[in-house]
Amino acid sequence: MSSSAMVGSAGTWARALVKISPYTFAAIGIAISIGVSVLGAAWGIYITGSSLIGAAIKAPRITSKNLISVIFCEAVAIYGVIVAIILQTKLESVPSSQIYDPESLRAGYAIFASGIIVGFANLVCGLCVGIIGSSCALSDAQNSSLFVKILVIEIFGSALGLFGVIVGIIMSAQASWPSKTV
Amino acid sequence: MYGFEALTFNIHGGYLEAIVRGHRASLLTAADYNNLCQCETLDDIKMHLSATEYGPYLQNEPSPLHTTTIVEKCTLKLVDEYKQMLCQATEPLSTFLEYITYGHMIDNVVLIVTGTLHERDVQELLEKCHPLGMFDSIATLAVAQNMRELYRLVLVDTPLAPYFSECITSEDLDDMNIEIMRNTLYKAYLEDFYRFCQKLGGATAEIMSDLLAFEADRRAVNITINSIGTELTRDDRKKLYSNFGLLYPYGHEELAVSEDIDQVRGVMEKYPPYQSIFSKLSYGESQMLDKAFYEEEVKRLCLAFEQQFHYGVFFAYMRLREQEIRNLMWISECVAQNQKSRVHDSVVFIF
Repeated sequence: MSSSAMVGSAGTWARALVKISPYTFAAIGIAISIGVSVLGAAWGIYITGSSLIGAAIKAPRITSKNLISVIFCEAVAIYGVIVAIILQTKLESVPSSQIYDPESLRAGYAIFASGIIVGFANLVCGLCVGIIGSSCALSDAQNSSLFVKILVIEIFGSALGLFGVIVGIIMSAQASWPSKTV
Repeated sequence: MYGFEALTFNIHGGYLEAIVRGHRASLLTAADYNNLCQCETLDDIKMHLSATEYGPYLQNEPSPLHTTTIVEKCTLKLVDEYKQMLCQATEPLSTFLEYITYGHMIDNVVLIVTGTLHERDVQELLEKCHPLGMFDSIATLAVAQNMRELYRLVLVDTPLAPYFSECITSEDLDDMNIEIMRNTLYKAYLEDFYRFCQKLGGATAEIMSDLLAFEADRRAVNITINSIGTELTRDDRKKLYSNFGLLYPYGHEELAVSEDIDQVRGVMEKYPPYQSIFSKLSYGESQMLDKAFYEEEVKRLCLAFEQQFHYGVFFAYMRLREQEIRNLMWISECVAQNQKSRVHDSVVFIF
């Protein structure tokens, strides 16, 4: 009908791709947004944590200040949770006759893209903050005046996750499923 | 892949790297050395050292202190730190840490064999061995008569076994052969260590290659200078040089035919990193060469700490500690023998 007219001249792969339900794409997008964000946060936390624990043996004073690095990594996971919750409120049911409408496909792809944006932006942000946090702990243990300066680098690093969240939310805001007409 | 160690290094090595960097912060500084150089007696030295991390190791020593006691206790601190790191390390870091001690093992083997040749008591020799290079059955070395027995009885069970393939002969052990054996073993050890680091790849390979290449080149120069005027033939001398490093292969060919120190200097000045070392010495003088080499080594070892997420920091820390113990030994000896004017001849400041 309308969908087969649209893809009348495309190859078999394009036809297979648009036959995948948009709900699949949306659900995978939500899964990626939380799953990959948590991966990034966990990666960053263990990179920082192992260096912090080792360095704190000789210099116990660094522990309380350097927990900020761990908190920045954790924030990345929280961004992922927030966006996943927002995305799942965008999932609506459409009647089965309209599932493969272009508007439905658009909504499904928008949620998928939003999930990927947030997930991978948070992955690299978590890694970045984790590696800087590890160097920050080791430098602070040797020379305490370095802590604040390296913290500024970490703040710039954690802004990357925020960029991802902003763009992801904008993407998902225009994910509108077709309204229920007959 | 080089450049991405930061992603996975901390899984196994992050904690120990942080610990070794903490240890590095407790190395003695120039201010500490200045205080120590102004001491009048060994008890003053003990008092100054008790304010540093060596305090717990020296505080129980009774008052007529000897220089050997000071050195022994400081070495004991290094051994304790090493063992603590080794027992918490996983592969491949544990193998890397063990490689660092094989040099001491070789020195211990040579010490016992030489001592036995000169009819010293085995127990006395065992006390002089470096604790990092001890292994079980080391006392059995005193029984061996020639190299084949040495290998078959004792060394085949130690990590030094693969290094022996080049120097098994049936000759009896005498001073010359023992020195050749020591240098052949050390050459095989350096090459093995180099290959191991290359296999590890990444930042470890790059930093350790530079440090080991310097070590190989330094040994080549020392072998050359020490064998000038002895019966060692040119071919034998060339066989003792390692097959990596800046001097390989063209520098080795020139060094093998050098007959005096000025020729050695001429060879070395063609290589810019070594030219700066030799330019500090005036012509004909070789006493300060050791100190110049130590200073260059310390400079390179400190640079290894500039990068994170590699194993070179462990090697660098062990070597810097050994340099510090050498410094303490020199200062203690100068103070004990009342020759404080010569203190600065051989002390290399680390920071």
